[in-house]
Amino acid sequence: MRRRLSQVQQTHDTTIYVSEPRMADSGSEEAAVIENPEVAPEEVQQDIGGTGDGSSLLKKMEISVSEAEKRTGKNTMNMQETYTVYLIETRSVEALNEGQSPAPDTLWRRYSEFELLRNYLLVTYSYIVVPPLPEKRAEFVWHKLSADNMDPDFVERRRIGLENFLLRISAHSVLSKDNIFYLFLTQENGWKDVVYDTGFQAKADSRLKALNATFRVKNPEKRFTELKHYSDELQSVISHLLRVRARVADRLYGVYKVHGNYGRVFSEWSAIEKEMGDGLQSAGHHMDAYAASVDDILEEEEHYADQLKEYLFYSEALRAVCRKHELLQYELEVTALDLVSKKQQREELATGTVRTFSLKGMTSKLFGQETPEQREAKLKVLEEQITEGEEFVKSKTLECEEYVQNSWIDIERFKEQKNQDLKEALISYAVMQISMCKKGIQVWTNAKECFSKM
Amino acid sequence: MRFAALVGCNSLHPISMENESLSSASTPRCNPALNSPDFSRHMLELDEDDDLEVFSKDATFTDASSINTSLPTSPGSMINQYRFEEEHDSKDLFITVGDPESHVTAIETFITYRIVTKTTRSEFDSCEYEVRRRYQDFLWLKGKLEEAHPTLIIHPLPEKFIMKGMVERFNDDFIETRRKALHKFLNRIADHPILSSNEDFKVFLTAQAWELTSHKKQGPGLLSKMGETVKAVAASVRGIKQRPEEFVAMNDYVESFGQKIGMMDKITQRIIKEQREYLEEMKECGPVYTLWSASEEELVDILKGMAGCIDNCCKATEEQVGDLSEGLLPVLHEYVLCAETLKAVLRRRDNIQAEYESKSYTLANKKADRDVLKDEIEQLEDKMEYANKMLKVDWERWRKNMQSDLKLAFFDIAEKNVAYYEKCLAIWETFLTTEKPELVLEKDTEDYSQK
Repeated sequence: MRRRLSQVQQTHDTTIYVSEPRMADSGSEEAAVIENPEVAPEEVQQDIGGTGDGSSLLKKMEISVSEAEKRTGKNTMNMQETYTVYLIETRSVEALNEGQSPAPDTLWRRYSEFELLRNYLLVTYSYIVVPPLPEKRAEFVWHKLSADNMDPDFVERRRIGLENFLLRISAHSVLSKDNIFYLFLTQENGWKDVVYDTGFQAKADSRLKALNATFRVKNPEKRFTELKHYSDELQSVISHLLRVRARVADRLYGVYKVHGNYGRVFSEWSAIEKEMGDGLQSAGHHMDAYAASVDDILEEEEHYADQLKEYLFYSEALRAVCRKHELLQYELEVTALDLVSKKQQREELATGTVRTFSLKGMTSKLFGQETPEQREAKLKVLEEQITEGEEFVKSKTLECEEYVQNSWIDIERFKEQKNQDLKEALISYAVMQISMCKKGIQVWTNAKECFSKM
Repeated sequence: MRFAALVGCNSLHPISMENESLSSASTPRCNPALNSPDFSRHMLELDEDDDLEVFSKDATFTDASSINTSLPTSPGSMINQYRFEEEHDSKDLFITVGDPESHVTAIETFITYRIVTKTTRSEFDSCEYEVRRRYQDFLWLKGKLEEAHPTLIIHPLPEKFIMKGMVERFNDDFIETRRKALHKFLNRIADHPILSSNEDFKVFLTAQAWELTSHKKQGPGLLSKMGETVKAVAASVRGIKQRPEEFVAMNDYVESFGQKIGMMDKITQRIIKEQREYLEEMKECGPVYTLWSASEEELVDILKGMAGCIDNCCKATEEQVGDLSEGLLPVLHEYVLCAETLKAVLRRRDNIQAEYESKSYTLANKKADRDVLKDEIEQLEDKMEYANKMLKVDWERWRKNMQSDLKLAFFDIAEKNVAYYEKCLAIWETFLTTEKPELVLEKDTEDYSQK
């Protein structure tokens, strides 16, 4: 079942295209629904990145992840493996607007390539809250759903998630301009090499380094500390919600399905009754319908869970931005401290006083003072180092400030997006509940009719 | 067929035998085994007869509780009056069971229920009675009624204990369910044309505690009761030659019905269990949304709204589970017990037939006092025919009751389910109107266009 990704706002130039796998022209039908001329440009502008000019490279391009296929091949350890690939289709928006219907350009990508793309973006745009990928493995499942990655329902939901991922990037004013992203969509072979060639992996901060910074940083910006707390809370609360939801789904399934037994017994029972027979038989049919209705209900609910999951993973992206800030701040602090200590050393050397304990100081005391020439040499080195240090501190400070500024812009953008998306998700949940109630009313009203005629 | 009612009777009103007729439209007779009820109000098409005067308002012809094996006088007449008996709008015996009270003695703890009877029937000295009875008393009453009318279908008593899922015998829900079942039991008897005239029934409704105790002590002693049981067992062992077709059909029906209703009972119990577990999980949802709202700014209201909706739906669900377990389940359970009752009735009927057949066999094959035997056989034959006829008529009555009871119970639960979903619908629609009014308007037009 394909779903329109209502929460991914469209720029007025990029259309969101969800297609059926190479069947009838259902694609065009969907596209027609979405190319909604009533969507005001201003309304749509707000969730574009901070630059606000909506001039993403991909405003010319229509993107979709339309199919999934199983492949087998040899992996890096030369072992046979089965994996899924996804078909990415791109089309020129201009051509479509002019009424043409050119065949889309296509290529196949597997999940690990999406991961590579994302890792690249994370490193290269560390100040951006990078959209998350759909989960690698099925989690928070309730019993009927399979936790198997090869399960067709899982694959389908992943396909939608991957499309969502690409659309979010293409809607982002900064990320959408990235060349590697463009190549991801257009160049099937050799793309991986291009990515590796950028050397982004070397630029990645080691986990250890980041952790160290988190513990030792003294003055992170208050906003980031708060943001980190928020992301922790968001993660915790959404995880909890997803767990509870899975259990509730399980139970609801049970309640509905057991009613199916009523259907069976009514049917058998009606065979031995004269006057009641017809009433029982038809009531039985309604019980069967009731039991069957839960499948659709829970499939809709799964969509709601996916929306929550996206934001669960977004909380990780938020934390990544906070960590980068802590790292930069920490490096700045370390550099500044270093500068201070060097300046102290210079002072000591210049005035001859030993303020801090140093081996040099002790040895000079023990073994005699240095010669004035030696001292001069040392001072000179220190001066150079201090000048260097001051430059370093300046640039680090600038880097920090720039980072704070840029990241905060994207964080604000993210907040807006999050509020809007989650609000939509909650509202669609309510709509789902309403539909479920209406179905229930209908079934039981029908059953009531049958009983009254018994 | 001769009517010989007088075997074993101690004291009887002299009855004129002159106007006996053999047709089905015969006059009712004083029937010691039935404790001489007043049938006058049930007679519609019966001839005016001198014998009618035999039936005075005095209901104390004999204490016939000691005589259980004697024949009723005229099966035909009994059937007649029974057949013409409809569920009268002119109900004149109202019974309520209520006010359970716990009694603690040195030996045991038990519960008594207050039975209030209001009646305009003439055989009752007063028009209002109030007594207290315990479950054991109900059991006694049921036993007496079964003895007196082996092939009438008596509504079942609630079970002694319910093993599954019951921890405390005197738990409130258990007591209430039992009270309702006892109420139904007595009312079903009150509505039954024959059973309601039973002497033991009257004593049950009217006697003070000590009176009841002494009344219970009367009646056939343990030995004679045992004798009856032995006879019955022997009869069932002997078996019957051939069951009449209509009873074969009845047997088959009861088997199937028992099975189906048993399944319905199990399914309903399972639904209640699943629904309860669903409710437990659901209850955890609301608090999570509330917790989340504490971290948010712009989303605070909508999240709190969600929490509120879910909590309200939980309340509605709680009610719905209650409706199931207090409305539908007890009725289904009663009919599970009914199936057992029916099986027992059919067995008893078979036994009566077996008794008759075995005596006939004796006559045919053994050298015994033929005359005495012949008399006995005729009595047994009459007894059998009477039992069969009673069962057939009561069967129809039971079927009608069953249909109306179950139809009502199912209808009721369907209605309650509709109400439940309507409640939840209202809860979510209110939420939607506050959060996204345009959507609600849009949906309304959608609904219209789909019509």
